[in-house]
Amino acid sequence: MPETTDSQSSATAVADAPAVAAAAPGLRKEGEKARSLRSDAWHDLSRKPMFYISGLLILFLIVISIWPGLIASGNPLSCDLAKSQMGPTSGHPFGFDTQGCDVYTRTVYGARASVSVGIFSTLGVAVLGSLLGGLAGFFGGWWDAVLSRISDIFFGIPILLGGVVFLSVVKGGTVTTVSVFMVLLGWPQIARIARGAVITAKQQDYVQAARALGASNTRMLLRHIAPNALAPIIVVATIALGTYISLEATLSFLGVGLKPPAVSWGIDISQASSQIRNAPHMLLWPAGALSLTVLAFIMLGDAVRDALDPKLR
Amino acid sequence: MGRYVIRRLLQMVPVFIGTTFLIFVMVYALGDPVAAMFGDKAPDPATAAQIRHAMYLDHSLPAQYVHYMKQIFTGDFGTSASGQPVTQLMGSAFPVTIRLTLVAFVIEAVAGVGLGLIAGLRRGRLADSGVLAFTLIVVAVPTFVTGYVLQYFLGVKWHVANPAVAEGAPIGDLIMPGVVLAGVSLAYVARLTRTSVAENSRADYLRTAVAKGLPRRRVVTVHLLRNSLIPVVTFLGTDIGGLMAGAVVTERIFNIHGVGYQLYQGILRQNPPTVVGFVTILVIIFLAANLIVDLLYAVLDPRIRYA
Repeated sequence: MPETTDSQSSATAVADAPAVAAAAPGLRKEGEKARSLRSDAWHDLSRKPMFYISGLLILFLIVISIWPGLIASGNPLSCDLAKSQMGPTSGHPFGFDTQGCDVYTRTVYGARASVSVGIFSTLGVAVLGSLLGGLAGFFGGWWDAVLSRISDIFFGIPILLGGVVFLSVVKGGTVTTVSVFMVLLGWPQIARIARGAVITAKQQDYVQAARALGASNTRMLLRHIAPNALAPIIVVATIALGTYISLEATLSFLGVGLKPPAVSWGIDISQASSQIRNAPHMLLWPAGALSLTVLAFIMLGDAVRDALDPKLR
Repeated sequence: MGRYVIRRLLQMVPVFIGTTFLIFVMVYALGDPVAAMFGDKAPDPATAAQIRHAMYLDHSLPAQYVHYMKQIFTGDFGTSASGQPVTQLMGSAFPVTIRLTLVAFVIEAVAGVGLGLIAGLRRGRLADSGVLAFTLIVVAVPTFVTGYVLQYFLGVKWHVANPAVAEGAPIGDLIMPGVVLAGVSLAYVARLTRTSVAENSRADYLRTAVAKGLPRRRVVTVHLLRNSLIPVVTFLGTDIGGLMAGAVVTERIFNIHGVGYQLYQGILRQNPPTVVGFVTILVIIFLAANLIVDLLYAVLDPRIRYA
């Protein structure tokens, strides 16, 4: 990034990660009651219909990922070739796919793969990224320089391209391999944001005051910096969750992500795509479920960002 | 300016080496290109050793990498799975993908900035909510779903566009794939522009511009848009690499024989020279795009000076 003569660089950074500004709360209008960032954010969230809609949808998705049998009694792997590509019949509202499997059952069972890849990848990326980035931002020095160069290298590889190369040589095709890959290539995104947020927080007066009072590094990090640097990380991680789910489906669609017998929307869409002219229902149901899931997570991320970033209100 | 460019070019060298080495390690160390040649059969050990020697695989990994890079800089990218030189594949693939990327890029920039500007200027009104809802949906529906759905309706059912791209990839055929490829990025550009415009429309200089009686058109295009475009240009620049990578999916849907297609074939047949070669070129394009973006900052924002 080129040198800037004023606050332009911070403005650019804010636009890249809209919530970085949230690291510096306290820009409160006069006369307003003082609230902590957490209660302020909750106050904002609790008035948003989008938050409740996406929250309920995600809750529902998590429940059916754990107990798919609750709403689908069949077995996603028991198929009857005689019913290949048949339309909806009673008891099978979504019809059958090429193998004669029930599309409804497969769509319900497909949630598990998507949701678990999304959650595991995001947790891994958030923990690894904020640890590496946060420590680099706090301690600075050579570790910071090395980490910044390493994240430059990872940013040089578009994630879809890296995924196709990496997953095609690492034969696995399970939720674990796909999640591990996403953590390996995704952490620099969070690391950069965590680094920026920690550097901003480190320069605040209250952190300097804590240092002057003789607080240890650990205490400063945990009690003063982490709570204030967490907001932008949460925002980016929530939005990333949706994109990881989408990426998993894309990789499975390309044949390098999850592999059968795993039940995944990406696999089903890929198999249905060649038959779209004869039996579009095989594609539309899993595609709709996938889109709705990604939408729910992105909507939640949006709501959380608006709540944590007072600048846009 | 000149010194800045040189410094940036020097900074790019370690990133280039790191990125290509990473891809190299993935392809050569994690996979086994010799075993891949034989499919399910176990290769005869003597033959395998001979191929290994011929492919320079019996050296240490760093030595292989240095050997490979030396060859690349003399213009030798190795041979593909079909026996053609990789450079020949590149010669036929890159023009197609560059055209596709350009079409997508223009759609992304024009439609994205346009929608974002409308939404940002009418913040909180119907147009704004409409653009926001549209971008949410576009981001949520994965590219390959949009691709098949558009192909089915526009191409097969309503005959508005060609469902597959003809030989030679004429621009007219590339518009629908371009829209599909641009989709998600377009939504990000629109949102970024909207945020940026909304923020800057409260700036002091904008009030000054309105107060001194400038026509609204000039206020919006010169004062507001130019200042709001800086984060957008950053995104557009870094997105070029993403678009070319996204072509792996789009080219597969619309049967376009470009970079994505060749790369995918190389990966399927586990042909390391094809994969590493194409990815290396993509990385160079990506790094060059980032450099151009940084230089464009100075054009957009006169406050930025390069020492």
